Amino acid sequence: MTQTPPLLRETPAQTSGPYLHIGCLPVTNGLSHVYDTPLPIEAAHAGAKGEWITLQGSVFDGAGDVLLDAMLESWQADAAGLYPGQAGADPALSGFARFASDGETGAFSMRTIKPGATQGPDGARYAPHLALWIVARGITAGLNTRIYFADADNADDPVLSQIADPARAQTLLAQPLGEGVYRFDIHLQGDNETVFLDI
Amino acid sequence: MTDRLIPRDRASHPVLTIPEYRSSVRRAPTQPLLSMGSTPAEEHGPRFGHSLIGPLDNNLILNWTRGDAPALGERILIHGRITDQHGRGVPDALIEIWQANGAGRYRHVKDGYHAPLDPNFGGCGRTITDETGGYSFMTIRPGAYPWPNRPNDWRPMHVHFSVFGHAFGQRLVTQMYFEGDPLIDRCPIVATIQDRSQIDRLVAPLDMAAAKSMDYLAYKFDIVLRGKRQTRFENRLEGL
Repeated sequence: MTQTPPLLRETPAQTSGPYLHIGCLPVTNGLSHVYDTPLPIEAAHAGAKGEWITLQGSVFDGAGDVLLDAMLESWQADAAGLYPGQAGADPALSGFARFASDGETGAFSMRTIKPGATQGPDGARYAPHLALWIVARGITAGLNTRIYFADADNADDPVLSQIADPARAQTLLAQPLGEGVYRFDIHLQGDNETVFLDI
Repeated sequence: MTDRLIPRDRASHPVLTIPEYRSSVRRAPTQPLLSMGSTPAEEHGPRFGHSLIGPLDNNLILNWTRGDAPALGERILIHGRITDQHGRGVPDALIEIWQANGAGRYRHVKDGYHAPLDPNFGGCGRTITDETGGYSFMTIRPGAYPWPNRPNDWRPMHVHFSVFGHAFGQRLVTQMYFEGDPLIDRCPIVATIQDRSQIDRLVAPLDMAAAKSMDYLAYKFDIVLRGKRQTRFENRLEGL
């Protein structure tokens, strides 16, 4: 038998704390002059193929209060279902977005291209979705979830189909408000607690 | 082509909530996380080029004043290496850091602590790892500070780290502490990590070999990101 070398343990996470904007969003925290080139945090650029959409929402705690200090990051495929770096992927889609809860209202909003369904190496079909990662004060390690679309074909999606309770699966569906705008709220606790993933 | 990520060992990470860390009580999911193998969404990820990084981006002593006047405080070098769980260096990994100034005050509209701002210190830095996974920052030692939690809770001296690997599923935000700080063992945020040996991973040792005489001290902070499964090896195992 070949000996498998032991795996190193991952470095543990810690909360981002309430001042993460200093390091992650300096431009919106009065630190814009520190870096000559800001980090690219827009998921899609002019000329990207597909349907432009706006995702709006808030993050709620267990008391029903909106978080004012959350930061979110999303990662997605292009309209054809290809991730940046894959052959043939749309060069106008960076796929990565970083956005934050408004410090006064708690609302977030981001513009992107609606992703296409993606395919895994094993042939599995994943319904259109964005991977979402959330950090804030009080969140001890970044939370992973997904944004799917209530008006898309979500049949047989390997992630949604593992959620036994249909009501809980609904927490991952962005609801169309018309004219390309979708609502996606995140509930950290409570009756509508969002499904979070260990993935 | 992508490879499956090694499943996260949740025991390596903090628990979602402890009562002593009050902010976590209303912000921790109560339902179990839905656990499954990684998918393409986690196995791909954004990549950032070295052209993003300016010459002072990793120098917090100088980047706020663009080199005109150094920040106040004890000059330190923080350096280390990012590897995956197989011990292989992770090149081209974006690291962003942020911290309080030498007096324990953040340059943030919501930090009301009465310690002074340093006119020469912003508090953010970033870099991208070299071909071996190595990185370094010049900064000043951040001050400890009190925070609204239990009565008279103080955060130990710390630097926040945000790290990207090559896959979105490797994303990590953590904090680095300093060897010998007596506040570490009193901190409820640290205590969300319940495995003592994992807490120790976040405590950077003094590294006199990298310190510079009559100039700065050094601390070494190595980071291990989630790895990918070694699929070829697994295939060979299947054939045995």
